[in-house]
This record gives sequence, C-alpha cells and structure tokens, in this order.
Amino acid sequence: MNATTKRPVFLDLFRIKLPAAGIMSIVHRITGVLMIFATPVLVWLLDRSVSSADGFAGVAAFLGSGAGLLLVFLGLWAVFHHLFAGLRYLLIDMDVGVDKPLFQQTALAVLVSAPVVAAIVTGVLR
Amino acid sequence: MSRQASGFKAWVIQRVTAVYIALFVIYAMVHFAVSAPADVVAWRAWIASPVVSMALLLFFAALLMHAWIGIRDVLIDYVHPLSLRVVVLSAFATALIGTGLWVAQVIFLVRVAG
Repeated sequence: MNATTKRPVFLDLFRIKLPAAGIMSIVHRITGVLMIFATPVLVWLLDRSVSSADGFAGVAAFLGSGAGLLLVFLGLWAVFHHLFAGLRYLLIDMDVGVDKPLFQQTALAVLVSAPVVAAIVTGVLR
Repeated sequence: MSRQASGFKAWVIQRVTAVYIALFVIYAMVHFAVSAPADVVAWRAWIASPVVSMALLLFFAALLMHAWIGIRDVLIDYVHPLSLRVVVLSAFATALIGTGLWVAQVIFLVRVAG
C-alpha cells in the first residue's frame, strides 16, 4: 500500500463529474440495499393480507391510499432500476454494449426509463 | 457460507437467481394487472395452488440468496474493520434467514388450509 501513496490524488467531490454509468451503478447498489430492507415489509403485508378478510381489506385499503400508492411507485422504481441495470450488466457479460457511446447511452436509458415504467405500472395496478 | 459461495460461484448464483426473480416479478405484475384478487378467498386460493405456492417459495429463496450475495459484496467494499464486518454480516444473515422462515411459514399455512 505504501508504494502507491505517491500517486496524484484528486478527490474534489464538487469538481469530479460522475458519468451516467457511474450514477446508474451506485443507484443499482442503493436500490438493492433498500429492497433488502423492504423485503420484511413485503412479507408482513403478505402475512396480513392472507390472515383474514379484515387483514386483506386493510392491506388493500393501505395500498390504494395516497401514501400507499407513493410507496408502491417508489418500490417499483427501485425494482425497475435494479432490473434494467441488471439486464444491462447481463448484456455487458455477453460483450454487448461494452464500448463507450453505447455504454453511456444504455446507462442513461436505465436511469430515465425506470421511473417512467414504474409510474405506468403503478397506474395500471391501482 | 462465504467459502461455499465465493468468486465465480457467487457470480453465477447472482445471475441465475436474478433471471428467476425477474421472470417471477414480471409474471406477478401481469397477473395482478389482468386479474387482481377480489377478496381474501380468491387471494388465498391463488397462493395455495400447487404451482404458485412452489413458484412463490422458490422466488423468496432466490431473492434471499441474491440479497445475501449483494449485501455481502456491498459490506466487504465499505465496512473494513473485520470485527464490525462480521457483526453486520451476521445481523443481515440472521435477518434474511428469519425473513425466509417467516414467509415459508405463511405460504405453507395457506397451502395446508387450501
């Protein structure tokens, strides 16, 4: 490690520009971690919804409420970002989209399409 | 666990589970869009059907494996003190196993009751 300390280090976070693929990558990680925390919530909703008619009605009413729909939208945004970024990584594993213009364009496409698809699916499911 | 699922093997598991999770999530979304369950009876009947209950169990198994490999990669990148890393990894492992047992119990109970 000591041999590398003479390298020039530039870590001015306000002047470093993270490209689209970098933003997409860190959001892939963040959505993954968030969905791990969401999993017990999902299981709790499943447990409540099958427990009784009242439980089912309660979960349905919550998911149909304003706060519930917002959570569904945010959850689907995380799902679609993680899914589309994952598909992009699978394509890169197969040597598709490795080079520069397409590499950045597909990353931008993931960032933009995930919230759009999440909004459409939330509208369809409500 | 980390020795059994390290390197190339973890890489393969992450991709195989990802494909199954993606297919199941898309199937579930299409199902809810086309025929959302009207009441608890219809909802329980869907979960209790042999194919759906197995597919659902497999989905959560794949999801928890995928979550474990993912969180392990993230923690190894960002949590460097070994003792803290072991504590945090153990906490996630316990929570993931607990979640898996919980959801398996929910699905089994619905399946048994019909």
